[in-house]
Amino acid sequence: MTDTLLEIDRLSVDYETARGDLKALRDISFDVRKGEIVGIVGESGCGKSTLISSILRLTAPNTRFRQGEVRFKGQDLLQLPERQMRNLRGADISIVFQDPMQTHNPVLSIGQQMVDIQHRSKASKAEKRARAAKMLGAVGIPDPEARLAQFPHEFSGGMRQRIAIAMALMSEPDLLIADEPTTALDATLEVQIIERLQELQQEFNCAILFISHHLGVIAELCDRVVVMYAGAVVESGDVREIFHDPKHPYTRRLIDCDPGHIKERARVLPTIPGEVPDLANLPGGCIFRDRCDQAMPRCASHVPPLIQLKDGHHAACWLNHKEAAE
Amino acid sequence: MLLYATRRFGLALLILIVAVTVMFLMIRAVPGDPVQIMLGPRATPELQARLTAELALDQPIWKQLLIFYGNLMQGDLGIDVFSGRSVTAIVFEQLPHTLWLILGSIAWSATLGIALGAYAAAHPNTLIDRITAAISVSFVAAPAFVVALLSLLIFAVNLQWFPAIGAGEGFWGRLDHLVLPAFAIGLSWVGYIARLVRASMLEVMGESHIRTARAFGIHERRVVMVYALRIAILPVVTVIGVGMGFLLSSAVFAEIVFARPGLGKLVIDSITTRNYPIVMGSVLISTGLFVVSTALADLINAWLDPRARTAK
Repeated sequence: MTDTLLEIDRLSVDYETARGDLKALRDISFDVRKGEIVGIVGESGCGKSTLISSILRLTAPNTRFRQGEVRFKGQDLLQLPERQMRNLRGADISIVFQDPMQTHNPVLSIGQQMVDIQHRSKASKAEKRARAAKMLGAVGIPDPEARLAQFPHEFSGGMRQRIAIAMALMSEPDLLIADEPTTALDATLEVQIIERLQELQQEFNCAILFISHHLGVIAELCDRVVVMYAGAVVESGDVREIFHDPKHPYTRRLIDCDPGHIKERARVLPTIPGEVPDLANLPGGCIFRDRCDQAMPRCASHVPPLIQLKDGHHAACWLNHKEAAE
Repeated sequence: MLLYATRRFGLALLILIVAVTVMFLMIRAVPGDPVQIMLGPRATPELQARLTAELALDQPIWKQLLIFYGNLMQGDLGIDVFSGRSVTAIVFEQLPHTLWLILGSIAWSATLGIALGAYAAAHPNTLIDRITAAISVSFVAAPAFVVALLSLLIFAVNLQWFPAIGAGEGFWGRLDHLVLPAFAIGLSWVGYIARLVRASMLEVMGESHIRTARAFGIHERRVVMVYALRIAILPVVTVIGVGMGFLLSSAVFAEIVFARPGLGKLVIDSITTRNYPIVMGSVLISTGLFVVSTALADLINAWLDPRARTAK
């Protein structure tokens, strides 16, 4: 496939800790095509953040890449020298982080920071400032020229996240990683940010890897979705397929638990009982077994492989195997 | 910024007034008649009465305080008991020596301390970091007077690289005489500032905005030197501001060991001869110095940190 931009291929990442290796990511595979929006959904601690930092190679010092490749335009990022990797960051691959209140440097003006990230450009400082102001205008910051002189704390959370998006898109990247960009914002702002992202995606035609635990946003925005659980991909496929015909019990439960999906008045909001398994001491068999109400004897002994069910729809559950269900 | 500066100096003035008032009352509360001490045991009662009236000691305490402040406004700190010279003149004669000593110590110890701390923080848990840590801790542990005596012995007496005593003449002479005392009282500050900068840097380096800067491919050197250090330096500025007070007391040791003129030496000499107006005058100037330096530190912080500027 020539239009594949990012391929995560059997990626496994551990964290070395005093308790032994924490298996943060196991055998992750999925890809992002050019101009496509792919959502990654999963509970806290499912490895979403590790995945992002692995793509950008901004990992903690105790991170170990055990196997697999992260191919960007066919090039394995994990093998790239640091210098070349740095040339990709903020140029071909940009990121918008989760917490807009912490994402900018508090003692440098927004203008200074927006000029700084154009460090690869040969343009004059005035041109860089003009470009920064233009980008701020594009994300809907009023009076952008004047606001360049202001500091992050003089902006609201929603504005700061829009500035973060402006900064990420300034280099016209091929891939934008959005790490729960709306989690720290309230619902009305969330809609605004999502709409803005959609518009800008059309304009710049970049691919977006959108990480969220908000299913409604994923359904609204994404073309395809990857469901992660405890460091592994349990299901992936077209957004409509996943939402209308989930093939993994975890995905089903996740959709059931989404407040937007609950039709009747409930005294207690639905949850998935049980806990995520200890990543340092993984049980054999299926990782979701202990929380699954359809678990079978086979689930305890054999790890279900991620198999293709329909065109592009993958799931890792024994329920999809006829011979196992019997 | 201007509003902040005005407020901060207003506060400084208030602190100074409170400190000076307390000090004034404390000296008056010390048992013993200053007139008797000044004139000695064989003075006649008429003489004692005349000096008491001259010093306004027969007035009620609040009136004495008012007179004291009245004189202070006119820059009059009283008269030296022995020479009869103006205390203001004597104190301001000695002040520059101490000021240069303190500024010299701060300048070299802050430069080296910040560099060491930033370097250690950029390479945490490496051999360099451990060596820096060991050096810093031993520097912190070294008392200023021991360093002063040892450096005097090694560099002035044995190696004869630098002059041993006095303050020198002319710019280069003064600089030459400044090296050893500034080294002696600045050494522990190198270690202290290095530890502080390292801890502060490591904290800042863990913050999200540093990850953002890296995610935009900004060169690591710039991330450390501008994005992190600019924030990590803030507590150091405050500590240096407060540290001026400690340096004033270390300066006393250095001025005695190196027989340098200065405020510290003046205070010690005046205390041994019970020359109270000079003690009062020098302590007042030292307090003023301390209050001004902490206020300046706050202003520098406000200049470096836009959040502090708009906070109040």
